[in-house]
Amino acid sequence: MIGIELIQATAERLMDKAAVEIPDDYLGGLQAAAETEDGDLASFVLQAMLENYRVAKEDNRAMCGDTGTPRWYVKLSNDAQIEGGMIALEAALRRATAARTTGLPMRPNRVHPLWRTDHDNNVGIGAPEIEYGFEPETGDWVDLITVHKGGLFGTDYRMLFPSDGIEGIKRFYLDSLVAFGRRGLACQPAIIGIGLGGCKDTCMVLGKRAACLRTVGSRNSDPRIAELEDEFKELGNSIGMGAMGFVGKNMVIDCNIEVGYCHTGGMQMSVHAFCLSSRRAVARVFADGRVEYRTDPDWFTPYQRRETVEWQPGVAEAAE
Amino acid sequence: MKVREVRLSTTPTPEALADLRLGDIVYLDGVIYTAREGVYMRALQDQANIPIELPALSATNFHCSPAASIREDGSFHLGAVTATASFRFAKWLNEWMEKTGAKIIIGKGGMSRKHYQEIFVPHGAIYLSTVGYGTGALLGRGVKRVLDIHWQKELGLAQAMWVIEAERMGPFIVASDMAGNCLFERENAKMAESIARAYEGTKPAVLKRFGETDDRNDELIG
Ligand code: SF4
Repeated sequence: MIGIELIQATAERLMDKAAVEIPDDYLGGLQAAAETEDGDLASFVLQAMLENYRVAKEDNRAMCGDTGTPRWYVKLSNDAQIEGGMIALEAALRRATAARTTGLPMRPNRVHPLWRTDHDNNVGIGAPEIEYGFEPETGDWVDLITVHKGGLFGTDYRMLFPSDGIEGIKRFYLDSLVAFGRRGLACQPAIIGIGLGGCKDTCMVLGKRAACLRTVGSRNSDPRIAELEDEFKELGNSIGMGAMGFVGKNMVIDCNIEVGYCHTGGMQMSVHAFCLSSRRAVARVFADGRVEYRTDPDWFTPYQRRETVEWQPGVAEAAE
Repeated sequence: MKVREVRLSTTPTPEALADLRLGDIVYLDGVIYTAREGVYMRALQDQANIPIELPALSATNFHCSPAASIREDGSFHLGAVTATASFRFAKWLNEWMEKTGAKIIIGKGGMSRKHYQEIFVPHGAIYLSTVGYGTGALLGRGVKRVLDIHWQKELGLAQAMWVIEAERMGPFIVASDMAGNCLFERENAKMAESIARAYEGTKPAVLKRFGETDDRNDELIG
């Protein structure tokens, strides 16, 4: 049984970590970008961002004043048991979100869409989102992942068709970069997540998870998709646009693609940009009281990408 | 790096503003107030009295809301500060400048050249863009103290009017000058060719969407 107080204390720590500490993989990506950037203004922006991450950590303040919309991804081992059950878990995550919004402080971004009611704590109807995943592993543990994605810009969806092909996918990808990259509205260079297939809602979910739950440098386990990821990263960095929409060569820190089976007539596509404040933090909480912090959500396991009726671990791993 | 750094008062002289060039990096000293949707609607549409003396106290309007909270003893806890996209506020700015004498508008993403020519130039005002735009911790460090918060009860923490004292707060980038030139549009023009090259070989989707344009020099904002 995993203790509920430990879950809440860990969740509070994760809220702060996400808001303050840029994950190492994104930081490495941005440092590499800063080395290659030769546009004067774009280069200044990247240097300022690197300085900003340092200051955030030093002062223990949020790296960006817009602390996004905090949300949770919860992954449970097949044996996991939460003290008080899942209702207690959800309460703990809502409490942690509210407590650290005031405590750090973060910006209370969440309001009612119509009445603009603000509880000043980022909690409300459907907020924070809590999504679940499961792993066929033994052991009594839960992974808590918080993502504070920012940005009203940079995300789009389109119903494409099989006849649009890869060239159509490329075009919509470029459309999204150009539309939201101008004036730097997407706060690029970003991790671009692309969702392909599923239904409209799952396509959006896949793209968002590709952006927020995969690290810079990771590649899809399907080698042909991995190749597309490389190609799209390069394509995105060839449009001549850099940070803030200034002339430059760094628009995309990495491009991650996730797929889901879709209707035979369609080819749904979504694009998501995880910004200069690519905020995520992860911890695994065990029943014996251990807590292991990390920055890689490790969400897309072979089990999450399984293709067949029955889960066949050996087969999926051999295909990797 | 070939950028010029300048220190500027938040109640600047016309000469200091005239000296600024597109792309200059600016650090600000003095009092700044924040204003986004809630403040404009309340001050301009509902005609509520603006609770501070403008422009005597400050001629600098920041499109932002800070990551901040108010402690139980009433003191302020301000962490990071990041701008919000300004284009949505253009429709209120002329009236706002008439009323408050604002000379510096700070925000994210700037406005169109047309807005600079029609609204900013007649009022002798310029636009400063924040950098990144995620440099919230750096800007937070530049806030010496929070002087006050107004309309918090009516608008909530994120929409309220914060009054802060800045000390070498920055960096900001000069995105419009006194002649109404626009930094972002200048940059857009420079990448038209490389964007066209990246599109080579792609084709429009078989199913069109309303409002689609094939001219990628168009901006979606405005
Ligand atoms: S998009 Fe990201 S970097 Fe930009 S203002 Fe929002 S949270 Fe900050």
